[in-house]
Amino acid sequence: MSGFPALFYKEMLRFWKVVVQTVVAPVVTALLYLLIFSHVLEEHVEVFPGVSYTAFLVPGLVMMSMLQNAFSNSSSSLIQSKMQGNIVFVLLPPLSYLEFFLAYLGAAVIRGLVVGLGVWAVTLWFAPPQMPHPGWLLAFSLLSCGILGAVGIIAGIWAEKYDQLAAFQNFLILPLTFLSGVFYSIHSLPPFWQAVSHFNPVFYLIDGFRYAFVGQSDADPWLGLLVGGACFVAISAFTLALLKSGYKLRH
Amino acid sequence: MNPVSAIRVSGLMKRFRATQALDGVSLDIRPGEFFGLLGPNGAGKTTLISILAGLTRADAGTASVMGHDVVRDYRAARRALGVVPQELVYDPFFNVRETLAIQSGYYGLRHNDDWIDEVMHHLALAPHADKNTQSLSGGMKRRLLVAQALVHKPPVIVLDEPTAGVDVELRRSLWDFIAGLNREGHTILLTTHYLEEAEALCGRIAMLKHGRIVACDTTRRLLQHTNEHCAQLRVDAEALPAPWQARLQRDADGSLRFDFSDYAELENLLADLRGAGVRITELHLHEPDLEDVFTDIMQRA
Repeated sequence: MSGFPALFYKEMLRFWKVVVQTVVAPVVTALLYLLIFSHVLEEHVEVFPGVSYTAFLVPGLVMMSMLQNAFSNSSSSLIQSKMQGNIVFVLLPPLSYLEFFLAYLGAAVIRGLVVGLGVWAVTLWFAPPQMPHPGWLLAFSLLSCGILGAVGIIAGIWAEKYDQLAAFQNFLILPLTFLSGVFYSIHSLPPFWQAVSHFNPVFYLIDGFRYAFVGQSDADPWLGLLVGGACFVAISAFTLALLKSGYKLRH
Repeated sequence: MNPVSAIRVSGLMKRFRATQALDGVSLDIRPGEFFGLLGPNGAGKTTLISILAGLTRADAGTASVMGHDVVRDYRAARRALGVVPQELVYDPFFNVRETLAIQSGYYGLRHNDDWIDEVMHHLALAPHADKNTQSLSGGMKRRLLVAQALVHKPPVIVLDEPTAGVDVELRRSLWDFIAGLNREGHTILLTTHYLEEAEALCGRIAMLKHGRIVACDTTRRLLQHTNEHCAQLRVDAEALPAPWQARLQRDADGSLRFDFSDYAELENLLADLRGAGVRITELHLHEPDLEDVFTDIMQRA
């Protein structure tokens, strides 16, 4: 694992050098969502008994921000390196594909967690801090950032142009995060869409994460952990196979 | 004979869609050589280098660096190799020193500051150590690429068109540095379009065309390959002695061109001119250089 620390450090330094864009901006975006939706819906919606809409929304927003930023970190780093051509700097050294994977994944997870922490910190103003199950919080944060970080690696390797990556982001990642119960409970959906949601792994991630905050959820958090864990293993295995084959990186 | 070659490729084949980029290339470069790889654009030079560097995988054949197969033993092979890529690439997130420290880290070198300082000094990058790579001039970016290829002190250094776009003065200092590395025992593999550079620096040269090696020999023997000499002269008479009229071509500027392979022919020409009372007002001799050899070999191949 000789080259891993340097690649991990480089990936960390990369997003930290543009922290306003990579951390502050998503925190502000999440804050805007919170202001608008809690203003409009606070009086009208009570998803779980005894839980205010704002308290319901906060974990959803934290999770959505983590998911999007973990994806964004690995995918944009790779596509930029490919477009610039400086991807050769990491292809020439004796880095193994496992080191490559872990470095990009690790930085994506850290970026996701930092953004999540930032969003949570600013929402403390609006919802009183509560955390009945911190263990679940940790488990679902790591799992979610890991899954989306790995998906970001796949997208970054696959995309050959910025617009292809943007399509991936706009037509897959964004709908997946928006339609997975960030703003609503799936119990408010028609039965068909409720059933569909149970096949969406991101739903389990957000639902389980919310359980850590409010102690109530649509699905059993253990089931969520199982689904999330299986997803992470499958996607990681696929990403590693992709890296090992040299797909789109080595001709 | 040294059993371990610095670079050894054997029967390399690579096809990109309709183009056969490499069509059975074999080469054996010994440690300490300064080896030139020449050929027109699209001859397969960069493909060959990419296979050595592990950026491209060969369809058939094998390649090794310091005895390490570039596929099976890729970590050892890459550790032994420093590549200066042809494209002027850089990472705009970092400054010069960060770039070199990170690149060292990829090879597992944590405390490489002394060597980084030395490389920056030799490549005149030291005054720019804290500059963002984006603000560097083209020549500086090129030298940073050279520095990046050297952070792990590789025994084998590959330079793909390293002086394209570098001004004359910098080119000279770059070559002094590379030649110094070669004297210290580093093996150098160079591709360049500047044939006079190859002629001056390389001990051995291979020429590629359409993915095949069409010539591979010491620079000295390649230069002897053609014994086509040429004399350019002006005379004060319109008419030439009859036997020579067909042999001399009149160029557009009025001078006469005489191609010969043996100096005795020139001797005869001069004697006949003197005998006919023709006075020579100007005379230039052109010895064959690598460019003539290159052109000749490429046309025949």
